[in-house]
Amino acid sequence: MLLQNGIPTTEDLETRIPPKERLAKGPVVMIECFQEIPCNPCNTACKQGAIQEFKDINDKPEIDYDNCTGCGLCVSKCPGLAIFIIDETYSDKEATVSLPYEFLPLPKEGQEVDLLDRGGNKVSQGKVVKIRNGKYEDRTPVITVAVPKELSMVVRNIRVGGDGK
Amino acid sequence: MRKTEIAVIGGGPAGLMAALAAAEMGAEVTLVDKNNNLGGQLVKQTHMFFGSEKEHASTRGIDIGKLLAKEAQNHSKIKIMNNSEVIGYYPDDGVIGIEVEEEKFVKLKADKIIIATGASEKFLPFVNNDLPGIYGAGAVQTLMNEHGVVPGNDVLMVGAGNIGLIVSYQLMQAGVNVKAIIDAAPKIGGYLVHASKVARLGVPILTSYSVKAAYPNQITKALERASIWKVDQNWQPIPGTEKVLKVDVLCISVGLSPLAELLWQAGCNMKYVPQLGGHVPTRTNDLETSVTGIYVAGDVAGVEEASSAMIEGRLAGLNAAKSLGYDNGTYEEKHQEALNQLHDLRSGPVGEKIREGISQLVS
Repeated sequence: MLLQNGIPTTEDLETRIPPKERLAKGPVVMIECFQEIPCNPCNTACKQGAIQEFKDINDKPEIDYDNCTGCGLCVSKCPGLAIFIIDETYSDKEATVSLPYEFLPLPKEGQEVDLLDRGGNKVSQGKVVKIRNGKYEDRTPVITVAVPKELSMVVRNIRVGGDGK
Repeated sequence: MRKTEIAVIGGGPAGLMAALAAAEMGAEVTLVDKNNNLGGQLVKQTHMFFGSEKEHASTRGIDIGKLLAKEAQNHSKIKIMNNSEVIGYYPDDGVIGIEVEEEKFVKLKADKIIIATGASEKFLPFVNNDLPGIYGAGAVQTLMNEHGVVPGNDVLMVGAGNIGLIVSYQLMQAGVNVKAIIDAAPKIGGYLVHASKVARLGVPILTSYSVKAAYPNQITKALERASIWKVDQNWQPIPGTEKVLKVDVLCISVGLSPLAELLWQAGCNMKYVPQLGGHVPTRTNDLETSVTGIYVAGDVAGVEEASSAMIEGRLAGLNAAKSLGYDNGTYEEKHQEALNQLHDLRSGPVGEKIREGISQLVS
């Protein structure tokens, strides 16, 4: 239960998973924000008009999935590190998940890492496809990792230097 | 004796914003802070802040602190006294007593005073709570993020409010293992996004759990184990539910309490408001206390977030300057904007406690 252990349930997640048709078209945002808190930088960061303007700063983000290009500019700007980009069209068997990762050492592109679920449990291994760590990301690097397609809604963290090395 | 138009006591987010706002209106300000560097607790907040752009959302606390400190240092109307601890306020003649660099005693008389002294950590009673290895969570943050020293290897965090969750995350970033975060409440008190962040690292969060006792190593006498147990709805421990964790660090993060000594000395009307962390002053909407000319801002006025502390500082600074006749023509607009920002930040469900607390204080 989210309120007891910080791990969202399937029901919590259902409100946040992008529509199936949109997922089939390419990279798209998923914001795992389940609580009304006074915060709106995701809207400020979005240049595509996908993350809607907040009527009240305490609102949860609302997304126009047709406008989202999956550019990922919002990922490193969320103070709650709650934004992920999911691309289910990456290959036949794999999807990619782009996630904020503020730990050292950073993996290298091409490196095999442990894939973790929302409770920090290892569920698989996957290759790091891309790392964005420039001035814009400002010490919140965004790691894109390839995951087995069926785990696109499960993998939300990585571990560098685990069994995957 | 030194003289100033506005004395701001405390150089954290509230005090810095107060000094800047008052100086911007045209008042002469003396900003007194006991530390070597300005910024208060911002100097160790390595995480990004919430709020909106106006409150520097998405910027790390540490960077906000540097930004505001630099602005204050460069402002010709602001005089900064570092390493200067206010040790008394004498209401009869309105003199502030300051110990400078632990050597000199300086007297300062101000036309208006803004008290922004912040808050200190609350402690928790349990068996052996004085063992080496038992810290306040804020102390651990200072140790790690200011001095670059890790407190140990395995940590039990007590308290799942924002500070407990954030410090747990920062401990993990520093390579220290957080074995568990416990909280006696049945629900996580901090922002759920912070909770999810540490959950993804594999740190278990256990609600309805409290510390029973800490146990020392027989040779070093420092913390070696801690036992926790479940509590029922009435916060009573349930015997038989004990678990023992092998930890060399125990962090206590069970809330903050306002550092209100100067307000008591000044004779401000004080009220005990649990929602705001303890004894806090009654005040006007413009943050003036019951003693004319003494304003409050930030955690000393009620424990809240740094984003609202900054705006309270701004509001107090604007009003203190205005009361001395300073207005560069933008007071009305800025005053209204600050009130709106505070209203917005507090209007949601997480602001309910704060709203309840403040409603008991504003006259």
